[in-house]
Amino acid sequence: MNNISSIDLLHLKPDDLDLVFRSEDRRLLEEMALAARELTQQNFGRAVSLFAPLYISNYCQNQCVYCGFQTHAGIQRKKLTFDEIESECKALAATGIRSCLILTGESGYHSPPSYIREAITIAAAYFPYLAIEVYPLETVEYRDLCRAGVDGVTLYQETYDRSRYDELHPAGPKKNYDYRVQAPERIARAGIRHISMGVLLGLSDWVKDVTDLFRHLRFLEKRFSGIEFGLSFPRLRRVSGDEHSYFEVSDRTMVKIISAARLLFPHAGISMSTRENPEFRDRIIELGITKMSAASSTRVGGYVDKKSSYDDGQFSVHDQRSLAEIKSMLIRKGYDPVMTEWRNIVNQ
Amino acid sequence: MEDRFMLGGKEFSSRFLLGTGKFGSKKAMEQAIIQSGTEIVTVALRRIDLEQTEENILAYIPENITLMVNTSGARNALEAVRIARIAREAGYGNWVKIEVINDSRYLLPDNHETIKATETLAAEGFVVLPYMHPDLYAGKALVQAGAAAIMPLGSLIGSNQGLKMRTLIEVLIEEIDEVPIIVDAGIGRPSHAAEAMEIGADAVLVNTAIAVAEDPVLMARAFAKGVEAGRMAYLAGMGREQGIASASSPLTGFLYDE
Repeated sequence: MNNISSIDLLHLKPDDLDLVFRSEDRRLLEEMALAARELTQQNFGRAVSLFAPLYISNYCQNQCVYCGFQTHAGIQRKKLTFDEIESECKALAATGIRSCLILTGESGYHSPPSYIREAITIAAAYFPYLAIEVYPLETVEYRDLCRAGVDGVTLYQETYDRSRYDELHPAGPKKNYDYRVQAPERIARAGIRHISMGVLLGLSDWVKDVTDLFRHLRFLEKRFSGIEFGLSFPRLRRVSGDEHSYFEVSDRTMVKIISAARLLFPHAGISMSTRENPEFRDRIIELGITKMSAASSTRVGGYVDKKSSYDDGQFSVHDQRSLAEIKSMLIRKGYDPVMTEWRNIVNQ
Repeated sequence: MEDRFMLGGKEFSSRFLLGTGKFGSKKAMEQAIIQSGTEIVTVALRRIDLEQTEENILAYIPENITLMVNTSGARNALEAVRIARIAREAGYGNWVKIEVINDSRYLLPDNHETIKATETLAAEGFVVLPYMHPDLYAGKALVQAGAAAIMPLGSLIGSNQGLKMRTLIEVLIEEIDEVPIIVDAGIGRPSHAAEAMEIGADAVLVNTAIAVAEDPVLMARAFAKGVEAGRMAYLAGMGREQGIASASSPLTGFLYDE
């Protein structure tokens, strides 16, 4: 059957992944990285676009055992009023950020679709590009948000391993695996142009999870060819005092995953979060990263109120550099930091 | 020798068009424009910051250059039309390169939607330059719709593969003489650009191969020269490529009783 030497990296197939991912061959990894870098430059050139998240509410009914916002987490809950959302947008836009990802926890009472819609309407005046990372919705709800100004939706399946998914989501609406896994199709049907997908690395066997993610994306690409897809590979940081065993995901593995993502999906946007430390982020850009979050706060209200005693972010930000610092790092490496990649002019 | 290039009612001396995406810095892009002698550049409206910040890409495009805004990001005719109108209202002129792409894996243009957008925009007085898949029927329909040129892809965009579509582009060159044919996309080397000009294309548009080169400015100059050389060869009348050299005439020799 298949063996490593017969794999054509520039025509990599999902069926090759198991072999490639499990290989310890250093030369193979270097070859993959080189090919990924070449493809990235070819398709994206020397441009990296920057964005920042904006958390509007952290009320959540879900119990994802790995998350800092889950319902039993002993954090202070907060939901921004519409005036506060406006102030946050103003503060974030003043830093130079033009592309914004709006996030909220899942709460039918505190953050229903109507609340998200109003937040989008406010934010649209400040950011030419708006995406959301919220709980899965119905097609009509996505369509409504699209009309309000949403250009992209980020939704991670977390893990494709059903039994592990069940174990990690003991209760709450998120327990419904199928409703979540089918969401990208609903998003596509609603007319939203960008869909960003991912798994939370560390929850399960990454080889299986990433392979399933890539198969899922390939399936969607064939059915919804006009959608611009993005990928993200957030890596779990160990939650202290947690009894669930997580899987270690090494830097070497991260490089393998990002290179494979680029080889399989030459035009997909790949983003890198501020969860990762600056040294790793700086090195990995060349392999295929086309989007980076910068100057991020993962706290509700974190852009206006920078030094609050209330400091419960969803996860800790390891790259604390300012937007100006990230920009000058990119310029030093020969990249063009792009702030305006899209303007919302055709969503009606 | 006079060899003017007429496009959209204007006269140009350079037949080399430059795309402005993917450059590592706007300074490099600016120098590539200046030193290559290009007179027409294309910019995606989605990359122009309408609020005119310091990073505005337009600040790096010299004033004497003809700006051709492109509709990159449009997935159908309606979106392309909307983008073109916004560009004109914002004061970026009425030259528009139509790009309608509803395929994010290969980035192939949708000819059908492109024709519809061309019809609408040409009627509104735009100089419409549609990027298209080299298909004769679509080419003729675009001319009918009022396109100022047609811009067939040489090969997949950003692929550097050169003139994979050569035969089909030759058909367009042969059959369409109402408007210029500008080869766009896939041109990876100056020799590809020269080849496109040798077969009779009127101009060539290049972006990726220049923007991602180690020295984009030098590469832009190389491409401009490739285009120029190919054009000169075309005008000079090239000799046909010969097959096997043969002294005897096995088929027609009997006609000459010697």
